[in-house]
Amino acid sequence: MPIGDMLFRSVDDSQINGVFPNTFNEYKKWDKEKDVLPPEEVYKALFEELAYGEKIQIGRALTRMNYSKSGWKSLIKTTSRQIKKAVKKDELPNNYKEFLISANEKWADPTFWYAMGQMVNNTTPIYYWNALDRTYDQDQNVVMQDEKRRIYIKTWIKTLKISVYVTIFCLILGFPVAHLLANLPLRYSNLLMIFVLLPFWTSLLVRTTAWIVMLQQNGVINGILVWLGILSDDGRLQLVYNETGTLIAMTQILLPFMILPLYSVMRVIPKSHMRAAQNLGAKPATAFWRVYLPQTIPGMSAGGLLVFVLAIGYFITPELVGGKDGKLIGHWIAYHLKTTLNWGLCAALGAILLGVMLIFYWLYNKIVGIDNIKLG
Amino acid sequence: MALPSYATPVQRTYYYAYLFFCAVVFFFLIAPLFAIIPISFSVSPFMVFTEGMLAWPPDPEAWSLRWYKNMIGDCSADVVSSTVPCSTKWMKGTVNSFYIGIIATVIATALGTLAALGLSRPHMPYKGLIMAILISPMIVPLIITAAGMFFFYARINLVYTFTGVILAHVALATPFVVITVTATLVGFDMNMVKAAQSLGAKPIRTFFKVIMPLILPGIISGALFAFITSFDEVVIVMFMASIDQLTIPKQMWAGIRQEISPVILCMATCLVLLSIFLLTTVELLRRRSERLRGIKAR
Repeated sequence: MPIGDMLFRSVDDSQINGVFPNTFNEYKKWDKEKDVLPPEEVYKALFEELAYGEKIQIGRALTRMNYSKSGWKSLIKTTSRQIKKAVKKDELPNNYKEFLISANEKWADPTFWYAMGQMVNNTTPIYYWNALDRTYDQDQNVVMQDEKRRIYIKTWIKTLKISVYVTIFCLILGFPVAHLLANLPLRYSNLLMIFVLLPFWTSLLVRTTAWIVMLQQNGVINGILVWLGILSDDGRLQLVYNETGTLIAMTQILLPFMILPLYSVMRVIPKSHMRAAQNLGAKPATAFWRVYLPQTIPGMSAGGLLVFVLAIGYFITPELVGGKDGKLIGHWIAYHLKTTLNWGLCAALGAILLGVMLIFYWLYNKIVGIDNIKLG
Repeated sequence: MALPSYATPVQRTYYYAYLFFCAVVFFFLIAPLFAIIPISFSVSPFMVFTEGMLAWPPDPEAWSLRWYKNMIGDCSADVVSSTVPCSTKWMKGTVNSFYIGIIATVIATALGTLAALGLSRPHMPYKGLIMAILISPMIVPLIITAAGMFFFYARINLVYTFTGVILAHVALATPFVVITVTATLVGFDMNMVKAAQSLGAKPIRTFFKVIMPLILPGIISGALFAFITSFDEVVIVMFMASIDQLTIPKQMWAGIRQEISPVILCMATCLVLLSIFLLTTVELLRRRSERLRGIKAR
């Protein structure tokens, strides 16, 4: 239900339509081919709606208008001051068009009127285009944002890149460990399992803090490296507050999610298969490659997808460890939710992320089935 | 898994390299958790191992409990440091965390158990779909759930209330209960329910006298999962709670972002101990449940 509401928010544009219903109705009748500026009725409707509209609602609408073209806010503000003055003196203008243009000459600038065209419908895809660094030009075509405002595509790519790396690292680190756990007698493997389960049970924030302590410039790892003489004292590595830190911390945090599914798959592979293969003349490497590895594919895909899906939506760790260039898409969702209050864009980013997740989740279900999720 | 006696030297090398690699990974998993414990006893206001702590023989001057005192809100003179603020925030956060966590756990456990009971009936329609919806908060990234809930709560005026936070945590924690209880119900003999009812027990009595004692280990470990989920949750609390509704994770988050202080490490140490305790409990319960259901350890 809340997610449905979010999807609705991502295309919702009704608030501004509630503020300027008549203006937008008249606007839709404007023939852009024939006239450079909209007809008198549009100006009149706008004048009335600005003069008698609720102040708070107009304020909200202005914020929305600024998303499509900057400059709207100041334009409307100066204009409505003039309008209020005129209404107070009871001097309704004869020609609304001239009145508005004299209040602020931007009303004669067609680009503002074109920008209004984005808002006249109750639903809008603009937030989705914004989330992909695109915007509308004056003829309602979708174009790329200015160079310096393109941040989301870069973030999306970075998010995917880090998720792929984390998944690969988890697989490389997790596979041998799961193999060892699966092949040891149960007494020992249960004991070693604690090493996997304890981090899994520990608070995420604790683990993140621990990584900051480990990785910071005066931290444990740099300290050991300096003490061993590998690094000079002023050549300490910058490990935290960048992508490296995010990568290391996320790999450790998500590693149990890789080991546990792998372990449950490997546990049931009979040991006799490897022996039989070698008995038939296969070298150990061949036997592993041709006999053992194919049987672990369900585990690898389950763990891999789980880690990947969790990694793309990660927020806490990248936010704390990532510093400036390690931030992932979750950062922008939170940023628009809490700071800029651009909820439409926030919801659109969330919806895209959800879409990506659902695709992977669907794949996961196809390969292993959701009932196979196990906790420890 | 031991090496056979006829292994070649190359195989031996590979084998030991493999063991070494596994040891490194285990170390990688566990080391950060234990590195913070000694630092939390440091006297220094920075989160580092000081020279005094590493000296041999140990220098008693370098160790202290001052950050623990700070954590429990004892702001006497020997505790206060110019860089680390001292307040009762941590204790307030602890109280709130337990308050939210316990209420959310009770609700989530009740709902999750009922859902699991219903879902494990053989003729349940739309089983897959309901299961998918129920466990979706576990799979969907928290940030999306949090954003969605924020929008939804904004409409019904639940933002910035304890009720809102608790309900959100219930939604997050229920799937864990559903999964653990469903797992316990796999070995459950439904004939016992029929037997109880044919002997005249009403459904509620059947549940409390027959079903519940048998699946209790599953319910308890589900409840513990639910508790730790709520206890550890920061994103929803950040979005949904007002500024003075502190919880431990929120306070830690603020601590990491603004005032990096060793007090965070004290709290982290306490949380590590808590998770060791919970992990042990769950593990013991799991074994007991397997024994009850007659599943021998492999």
